[in-house]
Amino acid sequence: MIEIAVRKQRKNFNLDVNLKLENSITALFGPSGAGKSSILNVIAGLEQPDSGHICLGGQTLYDSATKINLPIHHRRIGYVFQDSLLFPHLTVNGNLHYGFKNGAVSPGTVINFLGLQDLLERRPAKLSGGERQRVAIGRALLSSPQLLLMDEPLANLDMDRKREIFPYIEQLQSTFNIPVIYVSHAMEEVARLAKHIVMIKDGKVASEGDRFERSSILSGKAVSYDAVYGLTTLEHPAGSISLTGHIPINEKQLRIVVRATDVTLALTPPRDISARTLLKGIISKCETDKSPTAIIHVKLVGGEDLAAALTRKAMDELKLAQGKPVWCLLKSVSIDERWIASA
Amino acid sequence: MTLSPEEWTAIFLSLRVALLATLICLPVATGLAWLLTHRNFWGKSALNSIIHLPLVLPPVVTGYLLLIALGKRGTIGAFLEHYFGLVFSFRWTGAAIAAAVMALPLTVQAIRVSMEAIDQRLEGAAATLGASPLRVFWTVTLPLAAPGLLAGTMITYVKALGEFGATITFVSSIPGETQTLALSIYSLLQTPEGDSAALRLTFLSIILAFLALLASEIFSKRLSRGIRGGP
Repeated sequence: MIEIAVRKQRKNFNLDVNLKLENSITALFGPSGAGKSSILNVIAGLEQPDSGHICLGGQTLYDSATKINLPIHHRRIGYVFQDSLLFPHLTVNGNLHYGFKNGAVSPGTVINFLGLQDLLERRPAKLSGGERQRVAIGRALLSSPQLLLMDEPLANLDMDRKREIFPYIEQLQSTFNIPVIYVSHAMEEVARLAKHIVMIKDGKVASEGDRFERSSILSGKAVSYDAVYGLTTLEHPAGSISLTGHIPINEKQLRIVVRATDVTLALTPPRDISARTLLKGIISKCETDKSPTAIIHVKLVGGEDLAAALTRKAMDELKLAQGKPVWCLLKSVSIDERWIASA
Repeated sequence: MTLSPEEWTAIFLSLRVALLATLICLPVATGLAWLLTHRNFWGKSALNSIIHLPLVLPPVVTGYLLLIALGKRGTIGAFLEHYFGLVFSFRWTGAAIAAAVMALPLTVQAIRVSMEAIDQRLEGAAATLGASPLRVFWTVTLPLAAPGLLAGTMITYVKALGEFGATITFVSSIPGETQTLALSIYSLLQTPEGDSAALRLTFLSIILAFLALLASEIFSKRLSRGIRGGP
């Protein structure tokens, strides 16, 4: 259990957050400069808040009222930085062992888990970006932290490197049983990793909630805005998507997260229906067992996947099966602002 | 060319003074450079100015101030002699102190530049890994500031070999005790027949300085290879 209630005056905004987090993966999500990294720095002790308190598993790390401020090196908080910050004068092995304490985690386990066997004698300058981040994760793990902070660990990596690191981060929590706070402005990462998602905006918690078990990501460009009804239209190869609110119209690709429970399937384009978004595709897979719900995966025109959660009964009555063309209906109001981000 | 015993004495004395000056100056300069790069405190600008004084004051003035402070009748000098039996004025150790003080501004500057170049977030990262401030200093700050430390060592050493004004004022020019190469050359030039001997010592000074420069060049190449990892 992590309790954070801090205030800090900054040049461009005021940090004012109040969070209680469980021991799982929490994502702090939001635009750059919203204060996500500041929150991590305050937890680690690298930045001082003006007031408030921070508790971690019953231990007070900081409390302005009782003047407790545990020094950084006594906090036992692992930190994986965006640019790894490996020690350039030490080998990979030296970096891994820098903060090693005999604890729950053994060097052998970590080296195996992260696949670092062949890199141990190298210097950080001789590593690729992805390798560097793996070493940084290993270095933090070996200090036996009570909490692992990750500040956009994938932001500086290209797509291939991201794919290389991602599985490690996904398994981190279950393998080492360490709570993780993961900062990112990339929705795909957040949607895939986190159990709990906290949206940060202008230094404050804008919203907070658990991840929807099934969701898909669609991308498109905002092409027009209807001021009368306050709707923005997103262009997608499978059809246009209506979103509530005004989204700036520019060349940027936008990404939206669609919960499987918000998708309705139809065999013919329905008329006289309130849903404003109709996307065309072909069923690629039906996930079903004895449970009442089934997940239907639809390959949309343009190649993106969209998952729809239906009752098994509906699936059988419509005779939904792989290869069948379908229309996917989305309720515009089900996609709120926090699920929209520019790619 | 064979050297006279007096010349050998001057050479060894110079090396001894330079070595002690380096040993005194380096830790002090490192500490000051760390303070100036890592801490904000009241009077930081004043401290910075004081460190740089020997650079702007005439060396004679610095030597005179040392004599006032550390001489037998000076406040600090009297205290040190009374309680620790330490005497610096007119001793070779005093020559080393004079050289160390004269070299301090340049040495602090060299180490400071090197420390400023270190990404301080690396030190923060070390702290999150459980390293105490002292351990961070020894294992991250110092190794990464090594190029500056080397340059500082070099500067102090060379400065000590050549230091003249403050030395002669503070510890005078006593053969075998405080008469280093530079002071020997000067005193030879004061005697009618000393010209050729002065020239020989001048030549020796050049060799010593050149060897020091060469050694530092070789070290710094190895060092930067060590930090960056690989050739």
